[in-house]
Amino acid sequence: MSLSRREFIGIGSAAAAGMALAPGLRLIDLAQARSPDEAVTSLQRWGLLIDINKCHDCDACVTACHEENGVHGHGRPTTDAQWIRKVTLKDQQTGHVQTLPLMCQHCEEPPCVDVCPTGASFKRADGIVLVDKHICIGCRYCMMACPYKARSFVHEDTTDQKPHAPRGKGTVESCTLCVHRVDAGKIPACVEACNKDGNKAMVFGDLKDRSSDISQQLAAGPSTQLRPDLNLNTGVRYRGI
Amino acid sequence: MAQAHFDTMEGRGWGFYFLLAILGGFIVAAGLAALYMEHNGHWVTGMSNQIVWGTPHVFAVFLIVAASGALNVASIASVFGRQLYKPLARLSGLLAIALLAGGLIVLVLDLGRPDRLIEAMLYYNFKSIFAWNIFLYIGFFAVVVVYLWMMMERRMNDFTKPAGVFAFLWRLTLTTGTGSIFGFLVARDAYDTAVIAPMFIIMSFSYGLAIFMIVLLAAMRWTERELGDVVFGRLRNLLGVFVAAVLYFVVVYHLTNLYITQRHGIEGFILLHGGVYTQMFWIGQIILGSVIPLVILFSRLGKSRTLVGLAALLVILGGLAQMYVTIIGGQAYPMPLVPGKDASSSFFDGVVASYVPSLPEAMLGIGGIALALALVVVALKILPFLPHSLSDADADPHFKSAA
Repeated sequence: MSLSRREFIGIGSAAAAGMALAPGLRLIDLAQARSPDEAVTSLQRWGLLIDINKCHDCDACVTACHEENGVHGHGRPTTDAQWIRKVTLKDQQTGHVQTLPLMCQHCEEPPCVDVCPTGASFKRADGIVLVDKHICIGCRYCMMACPYKARSFVHEDTTDQKPHAPRGKGTVESCTLCVHRVDAGKIPACVEACNKDGNKAMVFGDLKDRSSDISQQLAAGPSTQLRPDLNLNTGVRYRGI
Repeated sequence: MAQAHFDTMEGRGWGFYFLLAILGGFIVAAGLAALYMEHNGHWVTGMSNQIVWGTPHVFAVFLIVAASGALNVASIASVFGRQLYKPLARLSGLLAIALLAGGLIVLVLDLGRPDRLIEAMLYYNFKSIFAWNIFLYIGFFAVVVVYLWMMMERRMNDFTKPAGVFAFLWRLTLTTGTGSIFGFLVARDAYDTAVIAPMFIIMSFSYGLAIFMIVLLAAMRWTERELGDVVFGRLRNLLGVFVAAVLYFVVVYHLTNLYITQRHGIEGFILLHGGVYTQMFWIGQIILGSVIPLVILFSRLGKSRTLVGLAALLVILGGLAQMYVTIIGGQAYPMPLVPGKDASSSFFDGVVASYVPSLPEAMLGIGGIALALALVVVALKILPFLPHSLSDADADPHFKSAA
C-alpha cells in the first residue's frame, strides 16, 4: 500500500499534533495531582460510599488495609489494632442480617479531634482525620470519644512497619484513608481490593466535586451516616442500612 | 475563739519512720509497676482497645476529685467565716495538694508515652477538656500554695479571705473540668450528661472530707494531740450531709437515664445484670459507701470515733467503687451503632467488654495514695500544719463541759 502525498501530509500532521498535545494533556493530569510540597486544600473532601447491599461475607478490604499499612496482630484480639473491621448487623425485630466494613468515618466534626489535649488528633483540610504520632502522648481520650470504636492503641512493640504508615507503641492509630495513596492520586487500598477481589461495594472520591463518581452516586440515591443522631457529618456514607 | 496554735510534729520515733517506710515501699512498687507497663506496652495490663481507661484511672480520678474536696474544710473557714474550722484549714490545704500530686502522677505514668509529657505543655487544643485540666491542675497547686502562705505567714493573714475565695472558685472549676471529661463524651450512653459535673463536685466534698477526717484522726492520735467532740461532731455531721447529697445526685442521674428509652440498655447493665459492675454499684457504692455510713453518721453509733472512722473509710471505698462503675462500667457496655440492630465483629462490637485489673495497674493506683500520704507525713514534720490542740475548750470558747 502506498500513500499519496495528501494522505501522508494528513497523517503526518495528525501525528505531529498528537505529539505536541499529548505532553500538554499529560501536564493537565499532573497538574491535578498534588505535589508533595503543595498544601492540602479544603477544595476537596475525600469520602467513601459503601453499598452494603453489595457487601457480602468477604474481608478483602480488611486484608488489603492491614497489608498496605503494616498492621500485624500478635494473636491477642483484645489488644491487637484493627484499622478496619467487618461488622455484622442483625435486626432485632426481623433477624435480617447485613455486613459492612467499619473504619474511621472521617467526620467533619470529629469528637476525637475535639478531645485531644495536644492536637495530635487532627483533621486535614481535605477532611482526612489523622493522628500526629510525634505529639500523641497516649492518653486514649480520643478512643473514649470516638462513637465508632475506630481507633486502636498500640499496646506493644511493632515490627515490619511501612515507611508511609509509621506506628508507635504507646500511641493511638486508625484508618488514614490511605492518605499516602490519596496524595499520590491513587485510591485507598480497601477500595481497590473491594473492586478487584470483592463485590465492588466501595466508591472513593471527592465529595465536593459534583462530577465525581461518588457525588453522582450519592445524589442518585439514599445513603446514611452511622450514628446520624450525633450530626458529625461523616465522610464515610453507607447505602442499604 | 482564741488564736489557734500550730506546730510541727516531732517525727523522730520509730512509728514515724515505720509509716514512711511502708508508704515508701508502696511508692517504689508503683514505680516498678509503671516501668514494667511502659517497657512491655499496655498489653500486659487488663486494659485493651475496649477498656482503654482502667484501674489507674479509677485511682487517679478518685484522687483528683478528692483533692479538690479536701480543700473544703479550709474554704468553710476562710470563705464562709466559720471560726471553728480555722485550725483545720492548713491541713486541708496540704492534703489538697498532696492528693492532687498523687492522682496526677498515676495519670501521667499510665500514659502511653509519659516521656512526652512536655508535648502536653507545649501543644494545646483548647477545645479539649484535658487541655483545660492541665491548666486547672497546675494552677491549683499554685493557688493553694499561695493560700497556705497567706494562712501561715502572720503578715499575710489579711489576704487569707481573698486567697481562700479564689481557691474555692478555682476548685469548683477544677472539679467541673474533671467531671466534664466524662460529661462531654457524646459517644457513650453512660456519659454525655451535664449532671456529671455537679455530681463530681458533690462527690469531691464527700471523698475529700472522708480522707481529711481519717488523716486528722490519725495525725492527732499519733502525735498525742487532743481532738474534742465539738470539732469532731461537726465534721461527722458534715460528712453525713455530703454522703446524702451524693446519693441524691446518683438518684437523679439514674432516673434521668431511666426516663430516656435509648439509655435503658446501660441502666439495665449497671443496675440489674452487669455482673461485677452491678455488684460494685449496689454493694460497693450504695450499701457500703452510702447507706452504712449514713446510718453510722446520723445515729447514736456516730458517738464512737472508731465507727465514724470506719464510716469515712467506707465512704472512700464506696467512692472507689463509684469510680470503677462510672469509668470501667461505662466503657464495658457496648456503644450503639445502628438503633434496632445488634452489632458483632472480631473487634468486640455489641458485646460487654471484659476487664480484669492487673496487679501492676493496682500497684500504680495504690502508689498514688501512698505518695499523697507520704507527702502529708513529711510536710507535717517540716512545717506547722497541725493545730496544737482541738480540744473542746480550744475550739469553742462558749463550750461548757457537761459536768
